[in-house]
Amino acid sequence: MFTSFGRYILLLRLSFRKPEKFSVYWGEVMREMVSIGIGSLGIISIISVFIGAATTIQIAFQLASPLIPRSIAGSIGRDTTILEFSPTISSLVLAGRVGSSIASQIGTMRVTEQIDALEIMGVNAPGYLIAPKIIGGITMVPLLVIVSIFLGIGGGYLACFTSSDVSTSDYVSGLRDGFDPLTIQVALVKSLVFGFIITSICAYQGFYTSGGALEVGQSATRGVVYSCVMILFADLVITRLML
Amino acid sequence: MIEIKDIYKTFGDNDVLKGITANFKPGKNNLIIGGSGSGKTTLLKCIVGLHAPTKGDVIFDGENFTDMDFEQRVPIRKQIGMLFQNSALFDSMTVEDNIIFPLNLFSTMSKSEKLDRANFCLERVNLEGKNKLFPSELSGGMKKRVGIARAISMEPKYLFVDEPNSGLDPQTSIVIDELISELTLEYKITTVMVTHDMNSVMGIGDNILFLYQGKKWWEGSNKEIAHTDNKELNDFVFASKFTQAAREKL
Repeated sequence: MFTSFGRYILLLRLSFRKPEKFSVYWGEVMREMVSIGIGSLGIISIISVFIGAATTIQIAFQLASPLIPRSIAGSIGRDTTILEFSPTISSLVLAGRVGSSIASQIGTMRVTEQIDALEIMGVNAPGYLIAPKIIGGITMVPLLVIVSIFLGIGGGYLACFTSSDVSTSDYVSGLRDGFDPLTIQVALVKSLVFGFIITSICAYQGFYTSGGALEVGQSATRGVVYSCVMILFADLVITRLML
Repeated sequence: MIEIKDIYKTFGDNDVLKGITANFKPGKNNLIIGGSGSGKTTLLKCIVGLHAPTKGDVIFDGENFTDMDFEQRVPIRKQIGMLFQNSALFDSMTVEDNIIFPLNLFSTMSKSEKLDRANFCLERVNLEGKNKLFPSELSGGMKKRVGIARAISMEPKYLFVDEPNSGLDPQTSIVIDELISELTLEYKITTVMVTHDMNSVMGIGDNILFLYQGKKWWEGSNKEIAHTDNKELNDFVFASKFTQAAREKL
């Protein structure tokens, strides 16, 4: 375990060496940002709307009491979405979608000698392959989480609109009530850290793949599993430190 | 010229290379041959720096490559072209982008100059007009030729070739061999080729290094190989009845 951690740190150090030519690396960063950001927008939108809607309905059901104002569904739904559902659930989904793609792409390049070809040319392979993915991850995951927050809250509004549990005016009133900007900061810090975890761990797993197609699949699976575990661990640590 | 001095390579308890010394001269096809597991590919990887030798030196025109760190190796690496066994073309790039890739990183050429260079390299390997195809759209022989075009795009001084004929039919193998040989002579490249193919050995082997059990067992030219009395080499080269018959006619 310590050997793997050491190799992971060394790989990260190699990844952020001075690029051979900035313009080529910038092109790769842009490509990764499109792949991670635009490529994941669909799935993030779908899960955000449905989770936002389902959460609001469940809160309304659990807090159905004449002693509790109906608007509380909006307040709790907002904070839950901002603090937990959007950053954490979105990142777990992204670990599956983006992380497996990164690990299998780099793993395939390793077993087909494409990484050897880069090294022979004098290219810093970790820098060329991994750094753009990490930069893409730490920039696009927070943006996706912001989109997810809006869509999750929108999903709650939709649930109120289509059911009689909570009125839309109560929901909007709850959203406005007692908003603390710190929750947004926490969500953004979490998403930045999760973006780094997903891209770096999966890239590491792919980079040290050896063997053939079977091992590429195993690397992708390991990358996703380790990323998910580390996301949940980091979630706990950040929540404890910031709230 | 490339000099390798007393190269050892050990993986765990397995001694793969045991003190190999040789010189590879420019403008010559230097072939490394030997049975499976004899250490040919490991030796090639030690020479190009993909493996660090356990002991020994690799010297490119007087510069000790083994002692250098990553940054120091870059100027030498820019002079190296390599054709891999499976071509190792970048799947996500077109043929043209594969060839231009090293130029994008290491040259100061304008875009049109790079395109001209890519077209020249493609013409050189008889693949004119295939610029926009992806590697998945190419046959095995075409992939090898694109691999050669990429390898020569930076006008290398040293060309390394790992089993260029594996998976190819005899006619395409000869085309690839002739192409490598022509480029070697034309640009005075120091070519080091690992091969199993006896047609390559007899056809273009200017200097042949025979490895046996991790050691240099024999060295000579393709003319000398037919008359050697080295038992292990004869068993390897003239294993088939066809090559035995060919030898008797020589």
